[in-house]
Formats: sequence, structure tokens, C-alpha cells
Amino acid sequence: MGTKIQTTYREAVKAALREALQNDPKVFLMGEDVGRYGGPYACSKGLLEEFGPERIRDTPLSESTFVGAGIGAALGGMRPIVEVMTVNFSLLSLDQVVNNAATLRHMSGGQFSVPVVVRLATGAGRQLAAQHSHTLEGWYAHIPGIKVLTPATVDDARRMLGAALLEPDPVFIFEHAMLYPMEGEMDETAGPADITRAVVRRPGRDVSLITYGGSLGKTLQAAEELVADGIEAEVLDLRVLRPLDVDSILATVAKTHRAVIIDESWRTGSFAAEISAQIMERGFDHLDCPVQRICSEEVPIPYPKHLEDAALPQPYKIVDAVRRMI
Amino acid sequence: MKSAQDELEIQVTREHALELLHEMLRIRRLEEKAAEMYSLGKIRGFLHLYIGEEAIAVGAIHALGPEDAIVATYREHGHALARGISMDAIMAEMFGKANGCSRGRGGSMHLFDASLRFYGGYAIVGGGLPIAVGLALADKMQGRDRITACFFGDGAVAEGEFHESMNLAALWDLPVLFLCENNYYAMGTALERHQSQTDIAFKARAYAVGSETVDGMDVLAVEAATRRAVDTIRRTGKPYLIEFKTYRFRAHSMYDAELYRTKEEVEAWKARDPIAGFTVYLRDAGWLSDADLATIETDVAAEVEGAVTFAEAGPWEPVEDLAKDVCTIPAR
Repeated sequence: MGTKIQTTYREAVKAALREALQNDPKVFLMGEDVGRYGGPYACSKGLLEEFGPERIRDTPLSESTFVGAGIGAALGGMRPIVEVMTVNFSLLSLDQVVNNAATLRHMSGGQFSVPVVVRLATGAGRQLAAQHSHTLEGWYAHIPGIKVLTPATVDDARRMLGAALLEPDPVFIFEHAMLYPMEGEMDETAGPADITRAVVRRPGRDVSLITYGGSLGKTLQAAEELVADGIEAEVLDLRVLRPLDVDSILATVAKTHRAVIIDESWRTGSFAAEISAQIMERGFDHLDCPVQRICSEEVPIPYPKHLEDAALPQPYKIVDAVRRMI
Repeated sequence: MKSAQDELEIQVTREHALELLHEMLRIRRLEEKAAEMYSLGKIRGFLHLYIGEEAIAVGAIHALGPEDAIVATYREHGHALARGISMDAIMAEMFGKANGCSRGRGGSMHLFDASLRFYGGYAIVGGGLPIAVGLALADKMQGRDRITACFFGDGAVAEGEFHESMNLAALWDLPVLFLCENNYYAMGTALERHQSQTDIAFKARAYAVGSETVDGMDVLAVEAATRRAVDTIRRTGKPYLIEFKTYRFRAHSMYDAELYRTKEEVEAWKARDPIAGFTVYLRDAGWLSDADLATIETDVAAEVEGAVTFAEAGPWEPVEDLAKDVCTIPAR
């Protein structure tokens, strides 16, 4: 085992970027304000000075073209890391993802790899109102041909990028914007993360709380609150939305016989709906009661704090759902 | 419009000229056969014929080197053939057979060949331009003296990606050769009905991208202009745009009532058929006899028949392989 150090999610992302740039001369970072500004979330602060403007490229506000250029550069033998400032702006580049990145290998009969990594900040919670608070990783997870990672811990923020760069296919890493200042432990020397498995973050026996990304912290908090009721909740962090580790979902449901899914996306057509369907199809016999979902309310995310809080999954909502269930 | 014919006349050899004619005829006859195969139900989906525009693919691609990359559109049979993908593999691809150039998975709109650096047909208008910018970026960052040629139509000029790609390629000094095939219609919407400024080459200059307008019905003019542009890009490392004026003789796809243009307009452009015009030019120069033309046509006809036979004989990809190559390692 390597050395465990205490740091922030933001610093973990930066350490991962630095390591990637050091390890492979074909790796470069491009995106809006990744260079001189230091990154919109300060994840690339100092990298321009360290690696120079050829490898830390500030782009114009042209999401479709710089994501497409990342795909093209990957086709041309480079190892681009493209940063789309937030998932909200990624709507402008969705065509390049859906029609090009995801299709080229299959559509060409296996002739082309698109080894591009795209990083995006996602999620709500900072009173940024309806246009800057989207949670759309579930949309991305709908698309065959790409992989979707959602690091929820400092260690995953540190080690998932390295794993993504070993993939020959497009990988999308969604970093919940609320997580950047979060402190946690990371292993400096452990190498790339396993990006095939979900991980149980808290073992339990009474109910499975299945979540990912920015909702992990809220879910763990709810699990602690439930201890007072004598309820031991198991918390499963999905970590990877595509390809989904269904076996780990079934394993926890087989153990606890109850499942609540916590997902910040809107309820209708949410990623939580997919998990629920997987449990119905393959784990129905394990269930003692219907699967429940805690998702965002079906509203554009509002600006005032009390309304934003009301719109999003919260620990009390998780606790209430579990109490009703048991 | 510039005509390079005069300046090139003395440089073009008979052999080269006949090769250009041969290449254009290969495209024309392949597509005529494809239309026939479509009516027989052998080819399905969309089939966008390039007939009338052959001089551009043939002239421009002759000016590129084997290390240069090509990004094309959904009307790309001509580009694929001119680049060197075999007629067999193209026809088989249109048939959806596993011996096609994309294993039958792409069809008419998605022809690929990695070995020829033919990065494919893109069927979302404008979607190929950022890819070309990225390919050129990769070449530049790896210190390779290569150009990426990107074909697109006048319709793509209305897309944001055209403007973004011009800007980024110019901003970063990337060796992209933007080749606009202006056939005056974005599907059925005329240029003057979709562009406030119909001079496409002029738009490029707004992004500090050098540009010119060339007669796309004149294969020698196309080749000469492209050679000059390639030379400029190799010297400067900067992008360049050529707007080729051309015309699509057939429907947009296979079914199209052509309500948006007049028969007179179509006939006027057909009078400028790039193959017929070049044939007359070669005859006048004393370089093409009836027997020469008959020989070329016979060769091409045999190649086309061979391609149909190849496609007919090709295997269907097994259904078990449906999910192969979605990702490198299949999802569980």
C-alpha cells in the first residue's frame, strides 16, 4: 500500500492531471479557461506554467468544436483531455459526443479508436439557478460507445483519470461541482482506479441506498441518521454509470431486500429509473417492498436557497423514505 | 472566379489528363449503378449521389499526398473512390455486406478506411469540421508535415461548427484545407435563402483564413487550385478555404420531387457537365480519340460489374457480432 494523504477533491483532480501530463507526452488538456485562468474550479492552476501553452490549451467558447477537435486529435494519435466547463455547456457539444465519439468505432467496422477523455463539472447546490444546475450524466450513460465515470470521493477523483486514460474508448468524467472543496483521503501511489466495479461505502443489512457522485455524501449522512432508528443502511456508490455494475447492485439488494436509489437527476427518465428497472428485471425475488427513488423535483432548479434545497435530494428525504419502507 | 486551366495547360500530361477523366467516369458509373441497385432494393437507406460534382473530389484529392487525411460528408462515394477505396468495398458497403469498407455497418453515408487516412463520411451537416481541426491539431503537435482536407457543402456554412472551426483552425495555425462544395442548395433550400452573405470564400477571410473561389466543374482548375492551397498550407502551417462552385444533377437523395429548383436551371448546369466538358477539352487537344474513350468506358463498366458481383457475393455480418466494437472491451 502506498502513502495516504489528506487533501481536497480539487487538488486530487489537479494531481491526476499533472501525473497524466508527466507520464505521457501525448496527453494535453484543452478547454475554456484551463490555462491562464487556472481552470474554472482551479483544477488546472499552475499547469500552464508547468507544461506550457502547447499542452494546456485555452479554447474559445466553442464547445462543439473543441470537443470535436478532441475527438479528431484522439483519432490522430494524441491523448486529449477535454474539459467542458460544466455539463450545462456540454449541451452545445452533445452532437459530437452522440454522433461522432460514440459511433466511430462501431460504424467504421472497428477501424477507429477515439481515446478521448472529457471532464465536466455537474450538478446543483450553489444557487446558480436553472441554467447552471443541470445533472445530465444519466443522458450520457444512455449512449452506447462511451464510458461514464462519476468520482464521488477524493481517492476516485485522484485515480479515475489515470484509469480513463488507459481506455481506448471515449470516457466522460462527471465531477460534481459541490465536491471540489471536499476533504478526504487519497492514495498517492496506488495507480489507476478499478473502473469496472461499484463500491460499498458503508456496509449494512436493512436497506440498500444506491447512489453516485454528488449524492454520496448526503446518502452517507442519511445512513448515519438512520442508526438512531436501529436501521443499518448499506450505501453503494455506483462510481461508473456505463458500463453499469449490475452485479454489485443485485448483491446488495439480495443482502438487504430493500432499495432506495438517490439520484440528483429529474425523476422522469432518470438514471435511477434504469437502476430500478435492473432490480425489477433481475432482482425482483430479493425484494421485500417496492424500490423507491429520491430524485430532483420536476422543476427547473430555482435560485433561492430554500427552493433549491427543496428541489434536490436531501438526507431527510432519504431518511423519510427508508422509515416509510421499514 | 479563377481559371487555372491556362496556366496548367502546358504542365498537364496526356497521361495525367486521361487519369482524371478515368477517375471521374469511375465515380459517375459507380453512382449510376448504385441508383440502379437502389431501385432493385439492393441498397437501402439514404443514397446521396454526387453526379455533377465529380471534378471536385477527383481534382482535389489528386493534389493531396498519401499521408494527408480526408474528412468527408454523407455525399462521399466520389471522395472515397478518388482516395483509393476500391469500388468493390464501396459497393459492398452500400449493400450492407461485411466485405464493405466499414464492414457494412455504415452504408452509403459512412465510408471509412483507416489505412488510407479516409476518416469517413459524416451525416450530420457540419459535424466533420471539428474532427478535421482535431486531426490537424494532432499532426501539428506531433510535428508531422500533413494536411487534413475537409469537404463540406454550402449547407454546413450555416452551422455554428463552420464558424467555430474556421476560428479555431486560424487561431491555432492548424493545417486544415477546408473544401466547400457549394452546389447552391442545402438539401432543398437555395443558397440565397439560407445565407445573408452568399460569398462563402469571403466569410473565411473574416476569420483570417485565406480563401478563393474556383470553378468546381473544371477538374484542372480544381486540381491546380488545390495544389496551390496545399503548397500554401505546407509553407505557412495555416488553414485555407476553397469554395468550389458546382451543382448536383440528381435529387438530394433518391426520392425528391425537386420542387425547389427549375428544370431550366438543372439543364443549364448539365450543359456544364464536368465530364462532358473535359472530354471535349481533351478531344480538342488531340489527346482523346473515340477508341480511347471506349477503352476507358469498357474498363470502368467491367469494374462496376465486378463491384456488383463482389457485393452480391459478400457475407452478411453475423448477428452474433452485433455488439462487437461498440467499445473495445464489450460492456457486461
